[in-house]
Amino acid sequence: MTDIRPEAVGVTIEDVSLSFGTTQVLKGVSLTIEPGEFFTFLGPSGSGKSTLLRAIAGFGPVPGGRILIGGDDVTHLAPWHRNVGMVFQSYALWPHMTVRKNVAFGLEERKIPARDIRGRVDAALGLIGLLDLADRRPSQLSGGQQQRVALARTIVVEPRVLLLDEPLSNLDANLRIQMRREILELQRKLKLTTIFVTHDQEEANTTSDRIALLNDGVIQQVGSPMELYDNPANRFVADFLGTANLIDGRVEKGQDKITFQADDGTLIPLNGTGVEAGPGTAMFRPQDLTIRNPGEDADDGAVLPGRVQHREFLGSLIRYAIRVGDNVILVDDSHQAGRPVFDVGDDVALRLSVDQVRILAG
Amino acid sequence: MNSFSRSQWGAGGLALLIGLFLFVFLIVPVVKVVYVAFQDPNTGALTLINFVDFFNTSLFRESFLNSIYVAGGAVLLASLISIPLAYFTTRFNFGGAVLIQTLGIVPLIMPPFVGAVAMLLLFGENGSVNLLIDEWFGFTIPFMEGLNGVILVEAIHYFPFILINLSAALLNIDSAMEESAQNLGASGTRLFRRIVFPLAMPGYVAGASLVFLKVFDDLGTPLLLNINNMLAPQAYLRISSIGISDPMGYVISVILVVFSLFSLWVSFLALKNKDYATVQKGGGGLMKRDLRPWEKIGCYAVIILILLMVLSPHIGLALLSFGTVWSYSVLPDAYTFAHYGNVFRTATQYISNTLLYAGLAALIDVVLGTAIAYIVWRTGLIGRKWLDYIAMGAVAVPGVVLGIGYLRTFVEFNVPIIDKPLSSWWVIIVIALVIRRLPYALRACMAGLQQVSIMLEEAAENLGATKTRTVRRIVVPLMSGGIMAGFIISFATASVELSATIMLVSAESDAPLAYGIYEFMQSAAGRGPGAALGIVAVLIVGIATYISHRVIKRREKELAPGVAVAAQGV
Repeated sequence: MTDIRPEAVGVTIEDVSLSFGTTQVLKGVSLTIEPGEFFTFLGPSGSGKSTLLRAIAGFGPVPGGRILIGGDDVTHLAPWHRNVGMVFQSYALWPHMTVRKNVAFGLEERKIPARDIRGRVDAALGLIGLLDLADRRPSQLSGGQQQRVALARTIVVEPRVLLLDEPLSNLDANLRIQMRREILELQRKLKLTTIFVTHDQEEANTTSDRIALLNDGVIQQVGSPMELYDNPANRFVADFLGTANLIDGRVEKGQDKITFQADDGTLIPLNGTGVEAGPGTAMFRPQDLTIRNPGEDADDGAVLPGRVQHREFLGSLIRYAIRVGDNVILVDDSHQAGRPVFDVGDDVALRLSVDQVRILAG
Repeated sequence: MNSFSRSQWGAGGLALLIGLFLFVFLIVPVVKVVYVAFQDPNTGALTLINFVDFFNTSLFRESFLNSIYVAGGAVLLASLISIPLAYFTTRFNFGGAVLIQTLGIVPLIMPPFVGAVAMLLLFGENGSVNLLIDEWFGFTIPFMEGLNGVILVEAIHYFPFILINLSAALLNIDSAMEESAQNLGASGTRLFRRIVFPLAMPGYVAGASLVFLKVFDDLGTPLLLNINNMLAPQAYLRISSIGISDPMGYVISVILVVFSLFSLWVSFLALKNKDYATVQKGGGGLMKRDLRPWEKIGCYAVIILILLMVLSPHIGLALLSFGTVWSYSVLPDAYTFAHYGNVFRTATQYISNTLLYAGLAALIDVVLGTAIAYIVWRTGLIGRKWLDYIAMGAVAVPGVVLGIGYLRTFVEFNVPIIDKPLSSWWVIIVIALVIRRLPYALRACMAGLQQVSIMLEEAAENLGATKTRTVRRIVVPLMSGGIMAGFIISFATASVELSATIMLVSAESDAPLAYGIYEFMQSAAGRGPGAALGIVAVLIVGIATYISHRVIKRREKELAPGVAVAAQGV
C-alpha cells in the first residue's frame, strides 16, 4: 500500500515430513523459495500441496523438519505470530462482518490506531477496485468480488509471504483467467513472495516463476514451467504436464550410433547426448511427430510405420492415435482447410525428430 | 399434456382438502378464542374491557409476571447447562462426546410434568437431597420452593433445545473462518469473541427462544407442582371451574399466543439472512484440540454432574414407582411391584387409549406432512407456501389455547349417529394431537423430500411413470427415512401431551396416559401407581425413539449412494 515496503523474504523448507494418523502426507520435502518469487505447488489432489502450504501458515500438526521464513525458524510458532497472509480456497470471509470490517480485522488485531486503519483499508479496497462495496456483507457479493475481498483482507496487513490455496477453483472459467492475471499483477506490484497452490497446470504455467510438482507427498521436480515441460525428470512429470508418448524399452549403445529399442522391437535413433545405456522410457510429445503417407522420404530422424487407429478433430489440430508395433502413439497434425486428412485404417509413416526424444530413467 | 394437467388438478384438490382441514381445526378455533377475548361477555360487542379486568386483578398480574419470570429463569438455567456441554463437544477431542449426545436426548423422552412429583421427593424441602444436606451441613436449599421448582424441572427438560441448536451452529462454522482470523493475528479469547461467538449466536438465540416459548406455554408442570399463579394454569382453572363462557381464559389465551408469536419472531430474526452455515467442501467444524489430563477430569466432572441432574426425574420416578412409602426419608422404606399391578389391573385403558390416539395422530400427521411437502416443493400451485406457513403456525398455538378453542367452537357441533357434541367425542383429542404435532412431522417430511433430487423423479417420468406413480414408487420410498422420523417424533410427543388433552377429555374411559398420570398424582396414595404409569409412558416413548433411531440409521446406510448422487444434483 505504501511505497516503502519491507524487503521481500524467502521461504526455506528443510526436510519437512507430516502425517495424519498413519498416513504420511509429506515425505521429507525440501525447497527454497526466493524473495519476491511467484512460486507454485502443483500436483493432483492428495499430493500434499495444500498440506505443505498450511504447514507454512502454521495450520495442521507441527511437521518434522524446519520451516524458515526470511531466515527465522517458524516451525513451532503459532499461526497468529507468523505474519504470513493466506487466502483460503473458500475465501473464509466472515458473514457477520461487512467488507470493510473483514479487511480491517487484521489491522485491528495488530493494534494499529483507528485513524490509520481507515486509510489502509480504503487503499487496499481501492487496489482491488471494490471501494464502493465496502459496506456490503460478503453474501451480497459475487464470487469474483469475494475473492478480491479475501485478497485485500490478506495483503492489507503487509504479510511477509502471501499464500494462495487454490484461490481460483470456485470461479467460472473466464473469471479465473481474469483473476489470475490480476493476482499476478498485484504480486509484481507489491513484490511479495507468493506461494500458489493449484492442481491446474495452465494456471501454474501462466503465473509461476517456478513450479514444484508434487505427487504422493514427494517433490517430483522443481523448475520454471518450460523446464518442467521440456525436460521432465520422470514419467509422472511428463504425463502430468501436457500429453506425452511414453514408450518403455532400453537404450543400446552401438559402435557409431545410439538407439532406443522399445520392448516390442521398434527402433528409435537418438542424438546421443547425455544418455546412458540401459533400461528406460522414451518420451516425446505429440507435436514432435509429423504424419505422412508411407514411402514419402524422411531426410533426417526416424520413420515409424503405423496404422491410424483413432482420430479426434480439435479445431486447430487433429490428434491421431497411431498403432506402431505394440504401442499407440499420439500425433498432433496442425489443421487448415483443404489439408489432407488420414482415415482410420490408413497406413501411415511417422517422422520423429530425434532431438526431441528424452530418455527418462527407469 | 392431458395427464399432466390432470395431475395438477389432483394436487390442487388435495391442497384444498388440506387447507380446509387446517382452516376448520386450526384457524377457526384460534380466531374464535381471540374474538371472544375482545367480546363483552354480556352484550357481545367488541371491547377491551376483558383486558382491563385482567390487568386490574392482582392474581392475574402476578400470574403474568410469574410466567415471564419462570420462562426467563428456565432459559438462563438451561443455558448454564448447555453452553459448557456444547463447548466441550465442539472444541475438544474426547470420549465424552457420546455421553453428551445421549444427554441431549434423554430428557426429551420424558415429559416434564411426569418427573415433577419425583423431583419434589428428591429435591423438595423434605426431599432426599435436602435431608442429606441438612444432616451434614445443617441447612437446606429451596430447589423446589414455589416457582424455583418449575424453573428447575423445565430447564432440565428443555435444555436440549439450546444444546442441539448451539452445537449445530458451532459445528457449522468452517475451520477456515477461524484459521483466517488466526492467520491475521487473532487468537484465544479475542478469536472467540470476534469470530466464533457471533457466528454461533443465531443458533443459541433460536434455541433459547424455543425454550422460552415452551416453558411459557407449559401447563402440566405447574399443575403437578401445584403452582397455580401462572398464566397457563390460570387459563385451565378458569375454564374448568367457572366454564367456557368466562372471558379470562380467553384473555390469557391471547397473551399466551402473543408471547409465543413473539418468541418465534425473535428466533426467526436470529436466523434470518444469517445463513451462517459456513462449511465449505472439504472444511468441517472448528478445530478441535486434545485435552490435558486435569482438563479431562474437569470436563467429566461437569458432565457427570449434569447427567445426574438430568437423570434425577427418571431415577426419582423409578424409586417412586417401586417404593412403598417415601416420605421424610432419603429413600423409600421398602420396595414392591404393587403399583405396577395396580396400574395393570385398573388403568390399562389409559395405555390403550394413548397408543390409539398417538398412533392415529402420527399417521395422519405424516400423510399430511408428505402431501404438504410435495405440494410445496414439487408443484407450482398458487399460494402453496401458505399451507406450509399455516401448518407451521400451529407451533405458536399453545395446547391450552387450542383446547379452549375446540371447546368453544365445537360444542355446538353435534356429531350424527353417536349424538354427542364434537368437542366431547374422543376423536377431537386425536385431531388436537394432529394439529399440535403437525409442525414436527412436516419438518421431517420436508427434510426427507429435499434429499430426493428432482432428477430422480424426472428419470422415472422419462421412463414412462405418471406423476402419481412416480410419487409412489420413487419419492415416497426415498423420503421414507424422513417420513419415519416424522411419525416417531409425532407419536412420541403426542403420547405424553397433556395441555390440550386435559381440556378435551370428557370421560375417564376416553382419557390418555398423560391425563391418567395427572389424575393419580393428585392424591398422595396415587403417587405410586402414577409413577408406575409414568414409567410406562417413558418406556413407550423411549422404545419408539430407539426404534426410529435404528430404522433411520439403517435406511441411511441403504440409501447412502443414491442420496449422495441426489445431493449433488440439488
